[in-house]
Amino acid sequence: MELAQDQLGTQVKAQVKNFSFFYGSNKAIKDVDLEVLDCKVTSMIGPSGCGKTTLLRCFNRMHDLYPGTRYEGEILLESQNLLSLDPIEVRMRIGMVFQKPNPFPKSIFENIAYGLRIRGVKDKGVINERVERALRDAAIWDEVKDRLKDMAFNLSGGQQQRLCIARALATDPEILLFDEPTSALDPIATASIEELVIGLKGKVTILIVTHNMQQAVRISDYTAFMYLGELVEFDRTDVIFNNAAQQRTREYVSGQFG
Amino acid sequence: MALYGRKIGHRLGVSLLGLAALLVAIVLVALFLTLVVAAWPAIARFGWGLIGAAGWAPNRQVFGLGPALYGTVVSGVLALGLAVPVGVGVALLLTEEFVFLPRSLQGICGFLIDLLAAIPSVVYGLWGIFVLIPALGPLAAWLHGVLGDWVLFATPFLGRGMLPAVLVLALMVLPTIAAIARQSLGSLDRELRVAAMAVGATRWEAVRGVLLPAAGTRILGGVLLALGRALGETMAVTMLIGNVPDRIEASLLAPSSTIASLIANEFAEARGLQVAVLMYGALVLLGLVAGVHGLAEGILQWRSPTGNGRP
Repeated sequence: MELAQDQLGTQVKAQVKNFSFFYGSNKAIKDVDLEVLDCKVTSMIGPSGCGKTTLLRCFNRMHDLYPGTRYEGEILLESQNLLSLDPIEVRMRIGMVFQKPNPFPKSIFENIAYGLRIRGVKDKGVINERVERALRDAAIWDEVKDRLKDMAFNLSGGQQQRLCIARALATDPEILLFDEPTSALDPIATASIEELVIGLKGKVTILIVTHNMQQAVRISDYTAFMYLGELVEFDRTDVIFNNAAQQRTREYVSGQFG
Repeated sequence: MALYGRKIGHRLGVSLLGLAALLVAIVLVALFLTLVVAAWPAIARFGWGLIGAAGWAPNRQVFGLGPALYGTVVSGVLALGLAVPVGVGVALLLTEEFVFLPRSLQGICGFLIDLLAAIPSVVYGLWGIFVLIPALGPLAAWLHGVLGDWVLFATPFLGRGMLPAVLVLALMVLPTIAAIARQSLGSLDRELRVAAMAVGATRWEAVRGVLLPAAGTRILGGVLLALGRALGETMAVTMLIGNVPDRIEASLLAPSSTIASLIANEFAEARGLQVAVLMYGALVLLGLVAGVHGLAEGILQWRSPTGNGRP
């Protein structure tokens, strides 16, 4: 879906072109076209089962972990088709944060260092520096700097989720995917994650799936509304929520179904 | 009134359960005490020294459990050394989807491994004697010929001995290890796998760096349970190990003995002090196995099963 004229100055980071995704013979994502803008937050909303999480997981080829899945069309990351790259390479370039915080059963430090280590970073100084930077970027450094050797499971749920964000940031992802990152958190932890996402604007391209429309309003620059596997409408967040072009979008954002 | 009747039923039920539990404890304690009583002549005569002593000539009242204890520990540990990598490897293949095995095939593989545990010990022994030992002959001869200067292969292969016993023991404990490793890996949060892959790890890196460490303590507990089984395994080992209880022989090609095989071999003709010595051996074996089991339980209790701390 093409954006209005006033966005032309912003660079496109990723472009979904005529894209479909299949579980077996079931077409879960239907002919989607979408542009993800560089260093902006783009949210994907829609009722349960609309395909928003399925589409998100196409960006880092998570579906490749399961048999019987198939992609069609293109997802271009700076003119390179993600779907023809090695999925491991894709996941090295595109980070992901999940619904439930899922730290590794390792120390706080090792949780962040893991991604660097599998990329072959051996220099201790470099690892220390990048772990610290990632924890600072994820706004959790002050809380954990004195206990980096503690097990990550000793952190609270909200802290664990910020740790997972730091883990994803440590390897400088080109896009960071969030899959309903606050659905398992209490309101205070949710607010801190939202603040963090807003703070990351301008530094990293973010694509976030949320079931919470207010969250999309609060944190995203652009919003894609999906329904039954199709992309119904994509525009600036304020346009989607105040002045949507499609009837279905207007009905959904006003709470008439969902 | 009806409530009163139900409460009596409740109390009766609880009492019966308590009685059953008590009975188990009583049997265990009684078993231990009668073993001590029966072993007492040997304990009084030899003290702790019998455990480490070497030599076995019942007609001259010469006894020593050292070689059998050595054989017990060495055969158990070597069998685990072989079975752990294979068992954990099989568990990884069945749980970690390195290849997309269809569910049915996974089920069949799991069933076949479990079936290994159901084969009676005596069948393993018979197979060992008439199939494994003849098949090992050329290999053992080659090992002795080429590596004969090395203490592990310093003696010629006589058929029954440590090597075939270890190989069959390894086969026998394999299902325990594979089953526990499978359970341990299977009980990990699925999200953990996905998380590691999402950071850019290959399947193998995820297994090595995240999943195995997470499941490690539980797998170790399972390995110790398997060790407990191997230490006490009697029939197959007795049939295969050669039963030479009077000296410690480091060569894997030489016959040896274990406490269990010693008891099984000698109890029929034992008289007087020899019976007490065998009872002493039974106590040593009991202590060894109980210690290993206790350690295993301790390790399994120590970490929560999923490795997932607070919610």
